[in-house]
Amino acid sequence: MMHVSTVREPLIKGKKSYNDITEDVMAPVRAKPGKLWYAGITVSSLLMLFGFVMIGYTVWFGIGTWGVNRTIGWGWSITNFVWWVGIGHAGTFISAILLLFRQKWRTSINRAAEAMTIIAVMCAGIFPLIHMGRLPLAFFIFPYPNSRDLWVNFNSPLLWDVFAITTYLLVSVLFWYMGLIPDLGTIRDRMKSLWKKKVYNFLSFGWKGSARHWQRHESMSLILAGLAAPLVLSVHTIVSFDFATSVIPGWHTTIFPPYFVSGAVFSGFAMVLTLMIITRKALNLEEYITVGHVESMNKVIIATGSIVGIAYITELFIAWYSAVEYERYAFVNRALGPYAWAYWIMMTCNVISPQLLWIKKLRRNLAFTFVLSIFINIGMWFERFVIVITSLHRDYLPSSWSMYSPTWIEVAIYLGTFGLFFTLFFLFIRVFPVIAIAEVKSVARSSALKFIGKPVKKNSPEKLTP
Amino acid sequence: MKSIVYGHFTDEIDLLEAVKELQNKGIKIDDVRTPFPIHGLDNVLKLPRSRLPKLAFVAGAIGGAGGLLFQIWVFTKAWPLVIGGKPFLSIPSFIPVTFELTVLFAAFAMVIGFLVSSNLGPGSIPDILDEEVTNDHFQIVLSNINNTMPDTDLANALAATGALGVKNIKTEN
Repeated sequence: MMHVSTVREPLIKGKKSYNDITEDVMAPVRAKPGKLWYAGITVSSLLMLFGFVMIGYTVWFGIGTWGVNRTIGWGWSITNFVWWVGIGHAGTFISAILLLFRQKWRTSINRAAEAMTIIAVMCAGIFPLIHMGRLPLAFFIFPYPNSRDLWVNFNSPLLWDVFAITTYLLVSVLFWYMGLIPDLGTIRDRMKSLWKKKVYNFLSFGWKGSARHWQRHESMSLILAGLAAPLVLSVHTIVSFDFATSVIPGWHTTIFPPYFVSGAVFSGFAMVLTLMIITRKALNLEEYITVGHVESMNKVIIATGSIVGIAYITELFIAWYSAVEYERYAFVNRALGPYAWAYWIMMTCNVISPQLLWIKKLRRNLAFTFVLSIFINIGMWFERFVIVITSLHRDYLPSSWSMYSPTWIEVAIYLGTFGLFFTLFFLFIRVFPVIAIAEVKSVARSSALKFIGKPVKKNSPEKLTP
Repeated sequence: MKSIVYGHFTDEIDLLEAVKELQNKGIKIDDVRTPFPIHGLDNVLKLPRSRLPKLAFVAGAIGGAGGLLFQIWVFTKAWPLVIGGKPFLSIPSFIPVTFELTVLFAAFAMVIGFLVSSNLGPGSIPDILDEEVTNDHFQIVLSNINNTMPDTDLANALAATGALGVKNIKTEN
């Protein structure tokens, strides 16, 4: 017999039958898109187009159009790259790590969070590519026998990054899509028009819900989760190696891998909250993505945010304790130098603001959570800005000291990735079910039985429908 | 000619009980189709354990070993490069790529293995008997391939378990 707490609130609200779940979740797919959707996708796709034109401009005229210089070679571009990759960590964390820990509340948010992950990693991938300066030669990063019989440098963390990000993107897409096929089968069977049925059948890979298929599907999902869990931890670890294996004060610290991973999950959950608080309202999914879900995510935010806070303080302590003059200077300069404003924005948003979530009332307050999630997104962007810019701008050689500010082209490219992000997200919510229908159904029973106040036993004879 | 008898339930507990009841009568069950995975069903149906975990191990081992050996070959045989004065064979710096390739190979093997063994994939046309199976119907499918009973007896036995909408259809294959 499975022990189920009677204290916990139900995972989904309202006494939903299986049919209700199907209908509620696929309503946005079936309905004609509203004015708000058209307005949203128009704005975001124009922004995306603007960004791509500016990428074209950069490629045509060269990196000289940016504000980067010889001292600060990594400007907004790498800041944005690390930020977007970090955001992409929430989806796989939710679907893989929470699956392994049997956190059932993940079922309402994993689909959308995984979609967000994939889109965020796509946004991230743009930056290193254009930062190379010679976009048509980007294929040089792949290990292939070139005309000089030379291979790539497997000792370089930048190459590890290529493998990590590529693997992460591919495995995330596989995991996400394999979870989607049963739900695409559901949509296929609910669609009236013949061509839509055909399209969704093609997309669902001919799913029919056989017991044998479900058994294999579960086995596959569990293994993919087992693979994706260390993978998600490895990705930001390797991104942190880009910095940590160098000899720049402020970068070469051994704390970077865990600090980056928790920062990534922290910012990822903040972005999931930003998106889901709007989505649940816009798509009428408030009974599926409840305040309880928001609270659970907020708890992850406190945990990871506190780890990030401790990491910041540890860095300061170690800089002092190491007695290395350069290391000490790097951190004093961070907090009191010309970029102190960025450092203190980072400290306020990432260390102080999440601590407010210890108060239960605030944790369950949607408006507060929404504002806080945006603060965290800003704070985490500044974390990467601080790491990249302040560590570089005061070099070992004072004659090379320099300042950096982006040109409007760099800003435009960053905004363009937001355009890409939202365009793809708007398309996702129209075409695919935002919530994993089959997974929610599998937790709905125990949830509904709890709701009507009956004890839940495994294989209990209680029925959902009277 | 294949003759199929099927019916459905609206609750997974009824389905599990009906499956056991039919098995007690000596009836072989062709397939059970459900909107979501039902725990305990594979035990009741005595489905053999999936071989996917073994495949994951083999594919992961190939990816990992292949990746590591490839890097060793590149840096010791194909074109040894002095990088920062480090030794040619620097195993620790090969670990990240080895790990990523292990995961990549195992993940692709899982998905391909799942699709091939389940005969699913783009363009696959399923034999859907009841479109509500992906919504809220829990379906039992019986056929004359595995059972020697006449169709009417199968249909009656299925209906006796409380199955709704019991139908009997004949197909060519």
